[in-house]
Amino acid sequence: MDFLRPRTLDEALAMRAERPDAVPIRGGTDVMVEMNFDRRRPGALLDLAGLAELDTWHRTADTVRLGAGVSYARIMAELADPLPGLAMASRTVGSPQIRNRGTVGGNLGSASPAGDAHPPLLTAGATVEVASTRGTRLVPAADWYLGVKRSALAADELITAVHVPVAAGPQQFAKVGTRNAMVIAVCSLALELAPATGAVRVAIGSAAPTPRRCPDAEAYAGAEFADRRLWTVGSPLPAVLVQRFGELVAAAADPIDDVRSTAAYRRTALAVLARRTLTWAWREFRDGGRRCA
Amino acid sequence: MRVTIEINGTERVLDDVWEGESLLYALRERAGLPGAKNACEQGECGSCTVYLDGRPVCACLVAAGQAAGHAVRTVEGLSTVDGELDRVQRAFLAAGAVQCGFCTPGLIVATHDLLARVPSPDDAQIREALSGNLCRCTGYEKILDAVRLAAGSPA
Repeated sequence: MDFLRPRTLDEALAMRAERPDAVPIRGGTDVMVEMNFDRRRPGALLDLAGLAELDTWHRTADTVRLGAGVSYARIMAELADPLPGLAMASRTVGSPQIRNRGTVGGNLGSASPAGDAHPPLLTAGATVEVASTRGTRLVPAADWYLGVKRSALAADELITAVHVPVAAGPQQFAKVGTRNAMVIAVCSLALELAPATGAVRVAIGSAAPTPRRCPDAEAYAGAEFADRRLWTVGSPLPAVLVQRFGELVAAAADPIDDVRSTAAYRRTALAVLARRTLTWAWREFRDGGRRCA
Repeated sequence: MRVTIEINGTERVLDDVWEGESLLYALRERAGLPGAKNACEQGECGSCTVYLDGRPVCACLVAAGQAAGHAVRTVEGLSTVDGELDRVQRAFLAAGAVQCGFCTPGLIVATHDLLARVPSPDDAQIREALSGNLCRCTGYEKILDAVRLAAGSPA
């Protein structure tokens, strides 16, 4: 096995092209588990930890370009204002030790259906930036996840950043697990209200082969909010609306029975998370917590 | 491969490091520092917690080669060279926060980091800071006592 340590992104891309047998590693919180348990013996590790290009974020008026190597700890500390949903999800990742090393880039690279960053990236309409010696391309998060632990990343590409729109309104994230720390999600859910467009966006994790949006729930809520003039009236959400929204989110799931939970429990829990997060986000909107991009 | 790491303030040259080896293995088996413990090897238990460039991490999830050129501080590096214990180490002894002792080094590093950032943590902050460290003996009450005791002691 070789240990490749590029000093620049260009060098890393050249190595990636030359060594299709190399596994990229940054925080190591996924890759090293596979190494430690003999599940993976790649021809090389390609260490991305030293690449300053991946370690920065930059905010414009409506988007944050988040370098693939920015840790969850930094997202929590530095980006909770423009990206509250992603920051909330980051807070639920592993433990302080894991959040000091783990990155959204790694979450995207692993593409586990349980990755905590995925639902808020989907609701925000984020775009993944990948690079190779052939050039750079942008992949919408909605097109990123192809199957269980399979993504749109080509063999010669590296994830360089994710472009996340600044919150257009209240965002929420909720996750079910056996305890509050150190859990892989039994199921998770991100929700975003966009008052300017009247959109309600919701995505679920650990509930299907890939993280996914819930189009029927979104369409229902969007239409109901408009018909009832809720954005302008600002009245409490009717119970029937909240209930139906939860049912539609649960119906969007395609969960399985596995070591962490059962399909039936996941559907039930997703409906609960959907009702709770919609209620929390609506309360934030009514309380004037509305954010202007 | 050869890996050079600053460990507890001293530059150490480690030879015959396997390319897929963890920092934890290199510390224990090549640098002669068995303080950080190997329990779960998947980041669940926190027994291998060390500082990497001043931030606590699970040494089992860092490739040894990634630490090359960086600074690592282990539980051994918290006491002085002549063996005087850090206040966190003294508090764990005084409070009876140690039973089998396997989780203790990781908890001490995590506590050390917490008190460096938050000098007078409340219980919620303590629980959050130690949420990545599992103890199967104590039930945690004595550990919480130790953290409160250390917080009240001069650094």
